[in-house]
Amino acid sequence: MTFWNDPINYIADWLRGVFMGWGITAGPANVITALIGIVVIILFALAIAIALVWVERKVVARFQDRLGPNRIGPFGLFQPFADIVKLIIKEDITPAGADKVVFNMAPVISLASVILIWAIVPLASKIYGADINVGVLYLVAVGSFGTLSVIMAGWASNNKYALIGAFRMVATMISYEIPMVVALMIPTIIAGTMSVKGITQAQSNLWFVFLSPLGLLLFIISAIAELGRSPFDLNEAESEIVAGFHIEYTGMKFGLFYAGELLHAFTFGGFMAVLFFGGYGGFFGLEKLSAFAWLSNPFIELVVFLLKALIGYWVIMWVKYSMPRIRIDHMLTFNWKFLTPLAFVLLMMTALFDKLLAPTQFYVPGMFLSNILLAWIVIEILRKYSKRERIEQEKPAEPVIQAAHH
Amino acid sequence: MQSEWLYIGLFLVIGIIVPIVPLVASHFLAPHKPNPIKQSTYECGIETVGESWVQFKAQYYIFALVFLIFDVETVFLFPWALALGKLPLFAVLEGIIFILILIAGLTFTWRKGLLEWA
Repeated sequence: MTFWNDPINYIADWLRGVFMGWGITAGPANVITALIGIVVIILFALAIAIALVWVERKVVARFQDRLGPNRIGPFGLFQPFADIVKLIIKEDITPAGADKVVFNMAPVISLASVILIWAIVPLASKIYGADINVGVLYLVAVGSFGTLSVIMAGWASNNKYALIGAFRMVATMISYEIPMVVALMIPTIIAGTMSVKGITQAQSNLWFVFLSPLGLLLFIISAIAELGRSPFDLNEAESEIVAGFHIEYTGMKFGLFYAGELLHAFTFGGFMAVLFFGGYGGFFGLEKLSAFAWLSNPFIELVVFLLKALIGYWVIMWVKYSMPRIRIDHMLTFNWKFLTPLAFVLLMMTALFDKLLAPTQFYVPGMFLSNILLAWIVIEILRKYSKRERIEQEKPAEPVIQAAHH
Repeated sequence: MQSEWLYIGLFLVIGIIVPIVPLVASHFLAPHKPNPIKQSTYECGIETVGESWVQFKAQYYIFALVFLIFDVETVFLFPWALALGKLPLFAVLEGIIFILILIAGLTFTWRKGLLEWA
């Protein structure tokens, strides 16, 4: 075992040796080593969040035909650090009517809920926090902490706009959790494991996006809704309720919400890669050839994972800056009358085809074509429905009201 | 396996401590000069009318109820999805019947008009 093959265990062994050299017994030495590892993972996640502030501002500027930050440092790279300094030294205002304890807890829980996800993110085959056997369920469970922080912030602010924003956000988050859970169940069925590392390893020869493209679509839509990003950004609809649930937050507390949101989006981009695009691996068996053995180096895998996560994050940004906001009744209708039934049908289909076709050579084409067929049927149903709606709306109104005046 | 969960527990503790650090730093570095106007509720600039902690639209509650039913039932589906490869075809069909019952429930709420934003 060298540093280049297995960096985490190499450093951990070295640290354990150092601590035991100081006369600490094996148990506490393990705990201290784990603590150092945890702090490193969290700082890594926060460093990504700081970088994302720059990425987000630069990309939105390009989408809107602007330059974005370009004054501080080369390409404005030091802008986020200036932002952090500004947020820290800005006065922190707590409204007089607020519930102070809950008000101060909400931003901490908001960021903590995202940081907690990083305990299971498989950055590379040998760089990860914990490999728990219910990883996918853990993702959903920790995500609900985020919902809790939103309702805490909205309720404690003692502000009507904040409360409206929080209610809308919670309605979105809980509604879209059902397609989300189903979308997470599909890789579970195909891989036969709920551990995110196991799901990644199951894709070493074939990405799951080829087996279930509709599952990916479900995951992207529900992930964007969970994040509360446009077109589902009713929670902070600037033109109606100013900033939604974090309207009363200033300074660093607002900064925590902001960092949490960006990191959450990036994490979902990463999970998009893990669940459907092979995560850190997925080189279609290429790494087994001796000429490409370097692909399974942990550092290469880390870079591959971060690139895939960035692409996923970019897709989420692309949707955010291209779509107008939708109304709350449309949002809930879209989920309950379209996405949820589609998710359940897809789940049944995947389960049945996985069972019937798994041992045969028709597995991959069968899964792919059945997804395409289902997508086609859904589009046909939608086309019929919207045609009927259009005819209904374009019917000329009868001039009854004018006659009544005379 | 136990050590993995111990790790998650440690992660939880540190994950809560880390966001508190910048708040503490801000507490010592930022100015603190409160006044009644600064601390008033911010709603478009005009003074706020009435209580904020009021009863709210019941529709949100109904959606939460529908969600609760589905979420509890999807938890039952995870073990089935996990063991799918080892199950006989009959058990898979049973799971599909369970999902069909879920869809029947969804259709019922739909027909009852509970999914309308009235």
